[in-house]
Amino acid sequence: MLEIKGLKVDLEEEEKSILKGVDLTVGAGEVHAIMGPNGSGKSTLSYVLSGKDGYEVTEGSATLDGADLLDMEPEERAAAGLFLAFQYPVEIPGVGNMTFLRTAVNAQRKARGQDELSAGDFLKEVRARAKDLKIDAEMLKRPVNVGFSGGEKKRNEILQMAMLEPKMCILDETDSGLDVDAMKLVSEGVNALRSEGRSFLVITHYQRLLDHIKPDVVHIMSNGRIIKTGGPDLALEVENNGYADLLAEAE
Amino acid sequence: MALPQFKQDATDARLDAVTVPDGAAWLTQARKDAMTRTATMGLPHRRDEYWKYTDPATLVAADAPAAEVLDDDDAIFSDANPLTLVFVDGVFDAAASDDLKGENLEIGCLAEAGAQDIHWAKDLYGVLELAGQNPVQRPLASLNTATATDGVMIRATGPVDRPICLRYRRKESAADAVLHHVVRVEAGAKVTLLETGSAAARLSTVTEVSVADGGEFHHVRQQGRDHARRMNTHTFARIGEGSVFKSFTLSLNGVLTRNDCVIDMLGDDAVAHVAGACVGDGEGFHHDDTVFITHDALRGESRQVFKKVLRNGAVGVFQGKILVKEGAQKTDGYQISQSLLLDDDSQFLAKPELEIYADDVACSHGSTSGAISEEALFYLRSRGVSEKAATNLLTLAFLAEALEEIADEGLADDLRDRLAGWLDRHAG
Repeated sequence: MLEIKGLKVDLEEEEKSILKGVDLTVGAGEVHAIMGPNGSGKSTLSYVLSGKDGYEVTEGSATLDGADLLDMEPEERAAAGLFLAFQYPVEIPGVGNMTFLRTAVNAQRKARGQDELSAGDFLKEVRARAKDLKIDAEMLKRPVNVGFSGGEKKRNEILQMAMLEPKMCILDETDSGLDVDAMKLVSEGVNALRSEGRSFLVITHYQRLLDHIKPDVVHIMSNGRIIKTGGPDLALEVENNGYADLLAEAE
Repeated sequence: MALPQFKQDATDARLDAVTVPDGAAWLTQARKDAMTRTATMGLPHRRDEYWKYTDPATLVAADAPAAEVLDDDDAIFSDANPLTLVFVDGVFDAAASDDLKGENLEIGCLAEAGAQDIHWAKDLYGVLELAGQNPVQRPLASLNTATATDGVMIRATGPVDRPICLRYRRKESAADAVLHHVVRVEAGAKVTLLETGSAAARLSTVTEVSVADGGEFHHVRQQGRDHARRMNTHTFARIGEGSVFKSFTLSLNGVLTRNDCVIDMLGDDAVAHVAGACVGDGEGFHHDDTVFITHDALRGESRQVFKKVLRNGAVGVFQGKILVKEGAQKTDGYQISQSLLLDDDSQFLAKPELEIYADDVACSHGSTSGAISEEALFYLRSRGVSEKAATNLLTLAFLAEALEEIADEGLADDLRDRLAGWLDRHAG
């Protein structure tokens, strides 16, 4: 599914090296977690994979089912099946949530050579998905993320994920700003989307989220590299002992 | 006072080239008076304060530069099933128009009304334009009063359910059209006026609107999309107690557009909203909204909402004034002008003015210029929306606040859909 090899990335404006050779392979249907201290490059990895401006790839590659992600525009990556659930979902005043969802769904369908969804089919689909995430009609009508609470914004991200049906989902600190109930709701939304053909890369600081979204593999990232890879136990180890021991071990 | 020589020469050159049309005595008198004041004021020049940001030279020149005729979308506003009047190159075309009749409505064209010895329009034709010459001179409007050969005369005596739509069509590439409309909304009456099309290579319109107590006037206008057309429009409104005046203008294309709107709020509890949305592309594009609202009564509410999207060197201008006269207490005045600059070459020039002589009023104004949000653009693209579609979506979102000023949802949706279509087809 997702294959990252020797990925090195600099910040464009500061000539500062952020990723210093990341290797990561996520197989179909697998859930991988990336944990690591602040500034280790976790979010940068998610932005580089989804095509945000401001980063320069100096070495390495990233492919999704063999297709070179780094050579694509952000919208092409989305059409290829990549989805990033933002840590800070962007507010877009003046654009209705429903319009936004429909535009996105139909743009991707078009890019894949499928017919656009009719207004009726789209509405039916959105209502069903929204209901599972406890998103009411009012929230669908409001401008994208404007005036949404932290929890509403994250649920809205999962709704987009559900509607777009990506192959490869990256969740960037989806648990940040969520209370226990909201985290449960969001996790249930994610778990409902788990399937054989869909993979997840879950970026988080805390083990908490991984109690709800059970990973197959856990990676520890530090200073632009993955320093250790293990099973779900690795997350527990971090929770109990912090990163210090792991970092020392890697030195 | 003698005019400066450069102004005298330009004025003479234009006035020598125009003729005052024939008509009944009342109209001939109004036209001659207007011609006299035009000659006295002199035609505008870049050195005039209110033309500092917009060069009026091509509006003043004796000959209008040619403009290619674009096939304009005639279906616009048709969902509203309006009573339609067609003007071809500035001349009323009865055969192409609907029968001029309707409930609570007296309607006719200027050519016909102006031939009658007695007509209600006598009390308004050139009268509101004259009142609007102070404190800011608007000589292109008086020139229009003097030389207009056609236009529509609308008198609403009660609620007029069917909107009235003026469709301006073109045949000639170099036509110069001068239209003068008069609207009288009687007490408690209500009417909606729609306008669409380019009319001419150079179009001048004056619309004089009198809204009596409790009356309502709604105006929605889509200015012709011919690429090289020039247009200067003046709206002069006088509105009474508890009355409503709402005007919205959508402009795309054209090289030069200057829309002047002058509103005198004479009755208590009156409401006046003027709004505009414009999308301009290219170095030749210049769009100017100049608004002057005078509060001269209690508890008046006025809004000015203007949004411009500019790219590739397009220029947008907003000059908006709120004048609150002594005694116009509890006035609520609001003014906002914003531009979305899609590149570094475009310019937005704004001159908001507030002049307040009453001590118990709430007036606010704001003006901003900004680029498209990179964050929002990336968010949309990460969901699979192309860069162009995402830019268009954000552009429409930016213009939304101005379009919300249109009271009729159907008309607003019609314009929104067309705007989306035009942006979509635009090469970018």
